[in-house]
Amino acid sequence: MLELAIGIILGACALGAGMAMIAGIGPGIGEGNAVAKACEAIGRQPECRSQVTTTMLMGCAVAETTGLYALVIAILLIFVAPGRLVDILLNAVGK
Amino acid sequence: MNKSNGKFRLVDFLLVLMMILPVAAGIVIKVLTTPQKEGIIIEGAMIFAEIPFPVMPILITETQVNSWLIMISIIGLALYLTHGIRAGVETKRQYLAEWIVESCQNMVSSNMGGYFKGFAPFITALLGLSAFSSLMSLTGLFPPTSDLNTTAGWALLTFILITYYKMKCGPVVYLKSFAEPPALAPLNIISEFATPISMAFRHYGNVLSGSVISVLVAAGLTGLSQVLLGRLPGFLGEFPFLRIGIPAVLSVYFDIFSGLLQAYIFAMLTMLYVAGAFPEEEYKKRHPEKA
Repeated sequence: MLELAIGIILGACALGAGMAMIAGIGPGIGEGNAVAKACEAIGRQPECRSQVTTTMLMGCAVAETTGLYALVIAILLIFVAPGRLVDILLNAVGK
Repeated sequence: MNKSNGKFRLVDFLLVLMMILPVAAGIVIKVLTTPQKEGIIIEGAMIFAEIPFPVMPILITETQVNSWLIMISIIGLALYLTHGIRAGVETKRQYLAEWIVESCQNMVSSNMGGYFKGFAPFITALLGLSAFSSLMSLTGLFPPTSDLNTTAGWALLTFILITYYKMKCGPVVYLKSFAEPPALAPLNIISEFATPISMAFRHYGNVLSGSVISVLVAAGLTGLSQVLLGRLPGFLGEFPFLRIGIPAVLSVYFDIFSGLLQAYIFAMLTMLYVAGAFPEEEYKKRHPEKA
């Protein structure tokens, strides 16, 4: 029974990490839009190339933040949460 | 300048040693202290020692050791670039040092305005420390920026600076700035604290995700080469040939490009937030003699 409970904890942590990374969709769309607009801007005014590129990279990095939050949650779920949760379970059972 | 002078060359040599030795020492420490492990394991900073302290023990981790080593290295680089500097004499390293100082001053004054001219050394130090910390992963050492504590410390510095400059016109103006549209006051307070948190997580997440993905790709290539080449006899079958060269492509993106970009963005956001926090018009109204 204890093995089953630990297995459920590990599986749920892995599933949760995978689902957390669905948040990667958002930054993908956002950065794609930003780069597309930057390409348009450079096409219209090629002399502004360096400035547009700098601003675009800056905006991309800021837009990436939500994806990175999801990444941090996923990493916590994979590397930190299983050990803690199994400890809690073993304490509750009294072993 | 008498470059052939023996003493000058000796000091030069010692400064170059000061740049290289900390990194070499870091590699030696890593080789001596890393325990033997099977397979590929992803883990955080190693804990070298614990100093007993009332509430909780102070930990001496790999992060702290590596960031001190990188600080010594950067001091060596700065001393080397400015060694033998003088007006009118032009050497390559003097050009480089002047280019660094001038471009950083230009960046600060164009992004923050004239009032914040004195911020150039702080921003340059932040930029250099962050960039070299991330580049440290090229030598195989643990980059201090892939520990949340490092970036959180820097973000805390930024938060203190933001609050200090918002307080410049007294606490009443500071509190009023939260109730700009009064209905949004709770959101304003949350976003005030979200600024340093998001800065810390952005830098940390980028560097950490790079190293995690690099390790996963290396593990995958090991398995793939065992499947493909495992039937060859002896040494040829055991050696993971696919791991030669292919992870280097990822390293160029994650270690060099991403690390430098995040350093630039961290410095840029610090400048923008601090400059944006300063209520310039109100300050000019109250202190017409200083503005």
